[in-house]
Amino acid sequence: MIEEQPIIPVTPDQLVAAVQALRNENWRLVQIGVTFIGDVFEVNYSFDRDLRFRNLRLQVAATAARLPSVSGIYWCAFLYENEIHDLFGIAFDGLVLDFKGHLYQTTKPFPFASVPVSVIPTTAAPATPANPPA
Amino acid sequence: MAKRTVIPFGPQHPVLPEPIHLDLVCEDEKVIEAIPSIGFIHRGLERLVEKKDFVEFVFVAERICGICSFIHGQTYCQGIEEMMGIAVPRRAHYLRTIWGELSRIHSHLLWLGLMADGFGFESLFMHSWRIRERVLDIIEATTGGRVIFGTCKVGGVRRDIDAATLQDILVKLADIERDVREIVQVFLNDSTVKHRTCGVGVLSHDDAHALGCVGPTLRACGWKSDTRKLGYAAFNELSFEPITRTDGDCYARTAVRCDEIFQSADLIRQAAARMPDGPIDVKVTGNPDGEFFARVEQPRGEVIYYLKGNGTKNLQRFRVRTPTFANIPGLVKTLQGCDLADVPILVLTIDPCISCTER
Repeated sequence: MIEEQPIIPVTPDQLVAAVQALRNENWRLVQIGVTFIGDVFEVNYSFDRDLRFRNLRLQVAATAARLPSVSGIYWCAFLYENEIHDLFGIAFDGLVLDFKGHLYQTTKPFPFASVPVSVIPTTAAPATPANPPA
Repeated sequence: MAKRTVIPFGPQHPVLPEPIHLDLVCEDEKVIEAIPSIGFIHRGLERLVEKKDFVEFVFVAERICGICSFIHGQTYCQGIEEMMGIAVPRRAHYLRTIWGELSRIHSHLLWLGLMADGFGFESLFMHSWRIRERVLDIIEATTGGRVIFGTCKVGGVRRDIDAATLQDILVKLADIERDVREIVQVFLNDSTVKHRTCGVGVLSHDDAHALGCVGPTLRACGWKSDTRKLGYAAFNELSFEPITRTDGDCYARTAVRCDEIFQSADLIRQAAARMPDGPIDVKVTGNPDGEFFARVEQPRGEVIYYLKGNGTKNLQRFRVRTPTFANIPGLVKTLQGCDLADVPILVLTIDPCISCTER
């Protein structure tokens, strides 16, 4: 094994506090990624400090998925969260910079992934805000 | 307050070989805010993993980028090998290290040329790319390809480098280093170049870390962060220290990349001197089951591959976070308050690779 990769499960309610604790300990946000598993999204928040890797993991129901944004803690998270919104249709509350589905300049409107139809906002026209600021 | 104007920068722009868009909110000649947009050439390669066998998917991974193609393939293979517990032969690790560092040298030379072109020093651009061609010649001689190597595979590598060819590479590398030293003198000491880079686009030590920057962009702000220190491939048996600068400006980012060219050459020499005998691959049986975050240092910084298998020949998830994606917030920060004329240089100093970002 090249490195240990501890995975710490959190709930959406615990997420912001857990991320804030890592920020206070000077961890760098490495990535936020989503895996579609059956009827849930598995979301990984990865961090690094001095080449040590740590991962927060939560699951959220795929139908009308909504998560708190951590972009108020790590400003750079706005990019990951907007990407996830555009590709998977997960809405983030409290995004510091909300592209409203326009980060990805594609001809096909968001979300890209073949997630259940119920996830895709029926009013996914480009001008419609998908996740208004909290 | 001066009148604000929004100036669109890209997706088509002389300094952008690939499409990214920035909305630059300007007051007179000062950029107040920059808003990025990506996705113009989004290819959806992550989804392709659901249709390609995990063994043949390495060919897709290599095609994520035309500059660091080998390292993409290597990262993918490392992730699969970790998941499946495959013990890769030491010789394969050393060969991967050599090709990876050759990739870093030609990538940095490509960037130096683009940077020179960005501030209008055309002869410097041509010299940088002329030297880079000789690195590509070495790659072509050892892999058969100049852009896509096709040598990395799950369980090892497809091609070997014999001792005579290895010695030939070292001789050519010494010549390349001598020529690089000449152009590096210009990049780091010429007054017209320094005028465009010193004190321009400063990213503070704390901001670089908080914004999640990686690679030379992070190391130019004083962070000794280099994923190679994890010791993957042969790096655990080679001696090197991350190259850093502290000023965090365009000059520091240039200096880090210049020094890394010589560091990569030194790593190739060390790997050649310690090259073990033995096989270059092992037979792979079974299907991947489990998950792994593979982290590798590309020329632009740390790349992350998240691989999740479910015991079938197709992976359940393949997720790539490229270094350019991680450096975009840092770029947005450096653009705030800069002169409009410096925007092309600032965009270039993160060494943007949009084809990686649009995987």
